[in-house]
Amino acid sequence: MIKFLKNALHNLLSASYPQSKMLAALLLLVAVALSFAPFLFQGTVAYNTYTKICIFIVLVASYDMLIGYTRIVSFAHTMFYGIGAYAMAITLKQLGPQWSSVMVGLSLGLIVALLAALLIAVFSLRVQAVFFSMVTLAIASAFAILISKLYTITGGEDGMIIRTPQEIGPAFKLVAEKVLGFDVIQFIAAASIDPSNVERHFEAAFFKFYFNGKTVLYYGIFTLSTLLFLLMLRWMNSPFGRVLQAIRENEFRAQALGFSTVYYRTLNVCLSALVAATAGAMTALQLKYVSPDVTLSFTIMVNILLMVVIGGMGTLYGAVLGVSLFVLAETYLQDLMAVVYSKLGEDFVWAGLFNPDRWLLWLGVLFILSVYFIPRGIVGELRYRAEGRRIKAAGLVKDDQL
Amino acid sequence: MKGNLINSQLLLPCIKPIPLLFLAVFGLSLLAMPAATWVTISIAGLSMGAMLFVMSSGMTLIFGLMGILNMAHGAFITLGAFIGASVFISLRSVGDGLGELADLALLLPAILVSSLVCALLGYLFERLIIRPVYGDHLKQILVTVGGAIVIEQLIQVFWGPNEIPLPRPEMLRGSFIIADIAIQKYRILAVLIGLAVYWSMLRVINHTRIGLLIRAGVENPEMVEALGYRIGLVFVLVFIAGAALAGVGGVMWGLYDEMITAQLGEQLLVQVIIVIIVGGLGSIQGCMLAALLVGLLSSYMSYLLPALAPFSSIGLMLAVLMWRPQGLIPIMKT
Repeated sequence: MIKFLKNALHNLLSASYPQSKMLAALLLLVAVALSFAPFLFQGTVAYNTYTKICIFIVLVASYDMLIGYTRIVSFAHTMFYGIGAYAMAITLKQLGPQWSSVMVGLSLGLIVALLAALLIAVFSLRVQAVFFSMVTLAIASAFAILISKLYTITGGEDGMIIRTPQEIGPAFKLVAEKVLGFDVIQFIAAASIDPSNVERHFEAAFFKFYFNGKTVLYYGIFTLSTLLFLLMLRWMNSPFGRVLQAIRENEFRAQALGFSTVYYRTLNVCLSALVAATAGAMTALQLKYVSPDVTLSFTIMVNILLMVVIGGMGTLYGAVLGVSLFVLAETYLQDLMAVVYSKLGEDFVWAGLFNPDRWLLWLGVLFILSVYFIPRGIVGELRYRAEGRRIKAAGLVKDDQL
Repeated sequence: MKGNLINSQLLLPCIKPIPLLFLAVFGLSLLAMPAATWVTISIAGLSMGAMLFVMSSGMTLIFGLMGILNMAHGAFITLGAFIGASVFISLRSVGDGLGELADLALLLPAILVSSLVCALLGYLFERLIIRPVYGDHLKQILVTVGGAIVIEQLIQVFWGPNEIPLPRPEMLRGSFIIADIAIQKYRILAVLIGLAVYWSMLRVINHTRIGLLIRAGVENPEMVEALGYRIGLVFVLVFIAGAALAGVGGVMWGLYDEMITAQLGEQLLVQVIIVIIVGGLGSIQGCMLAALLVGLLSSYMSYLLPALAPFSSIGLMLAVLMWRPQGLIPIMKT
């Protein structure tokens, strides 16, 4: 039995284990929290947050395939994300909110994303890696202009509101009765403020909610995200992924070993674009709204970069931690800044630094600092330390300390 | 690559593709519109190209010499525009009523101060942000993206999030009319400044000792260092010059638009990047040619096919990449 479970885990994770107890614990925490999210967190804000975390884990992990595993810096990832979202939204608008249009929208998004990825790869992967960054930046901005110019179809800068199939809307009830949930946040908050009455807080934290279409949608997104994430783990730990890493370490040598590096890089860009487009399609279904601001803006691209770097490049698990931390911090940081701002008052010269609208400033600073001080990211750092302990326990000296 | 170049020169001695390209652009557009309109639009395109050149030349030099893709170049352009506007507007309120000529003369200190401040900030930026990650392309892109965000947000902290109007001096408003052809005055000035910058850059690169070191550094930085020159110093100088040029470009653009926003640099960065890709990374002449091509094409297109105008430069970039993946005048080694 244990052997079977071990085998199953080995196959699920494609033999890419966390390699650090702390990391395993954190990942498990995120996995458990996301699996039971509707039962553990109450309210619309929480719903939007955990759904966003699911979708962004997929999006950021697909970006990690490029930047972390192959050292390709693309600025067009939001374009693929946007293609998926807009394809879904436009199809639902034109064909009506049925499941068949969802399937058509998804396939359309995948096809267009694949074509765009091929086009970009053909134009720019032949030359230097830096070229690719610049070309993708230019093409992504042209695509954003295109979307806002085609306002008759896309709604332009204002975006478009769409209707989704009723099975994933709030009116649909999967179970007629309300089901029981337990609000962890409320419980922890109450128990830490007033530890004497833990039992009473425990009872007060239970809440009832309808298992409605939104919950169904969440579980759909959660399942698809998990599958895609495991699929990416499989890709990156297969011989294909090893070749990508070889290209990252030394392209010339990989070529000398007989691998057509252009082919591998092109394939990687295409796969990553397909996953990003799927993430975009999920976003369109969840928000029921698409606009250049939520799918195509450069800010989102920067956020993706930040999440990959903070989480740890070239690990995929980094995406899980990076996204979870970032999405939580995004709301949290702004609240914190609002508090500081109101304390300082308008008169103080430097108060402008803490205006909640300037939260990107602090993210930028955080970004630069994390590139300098934790270049491996959280995951890389945890693995590095765990490895150090293992080596020490075995009585050896680490390579880089020799 | 060198072999190819020699071959093509040997085989086709009389066909020079780049002048031909310009001839085609000028000629085809002349066929499509009245001559007077054509002259006006051509000058508009040339002035746009001149401004783009001033903004892009710094970035292409920095890339050619140091191999750094400075994503914060757009932020320097914005900063230049804001500093220039502040200096100009405050000087104007002091020297009110001195007459039109004085109003025009105030532009000089505005441009000077803005390029100096940008140069200083460029020095700090190079030292604090880029120096620790020399030789690592990925980290360079990441930290300069971070730096661009920080600068842009700081601009919004100091100047506020709203756009600032920047009216041109009276003498630069309106246009000359020569035989039915209207030529905007400011555009002439922009072309002149662009040419002056181009001429002095070529002069420095080709006829001075520091220029020699820069050219040698582009060719092989290790060798320059082995010969006893501190290449690090040349890097800093080029970075400072690039930042200062971005500042000048920012002021020029601000006066052209008569309006500056904190997002100005981010929007221009895409055009700048297209220019340096089309021109060939690191090449001054290529940068000038590409800037003029981009400027002319987008001016003609916005007259002939306004719907397609925003895509003209990207189309040009893709076409050039198909034809010459290294850009019009490549000087990069690989």
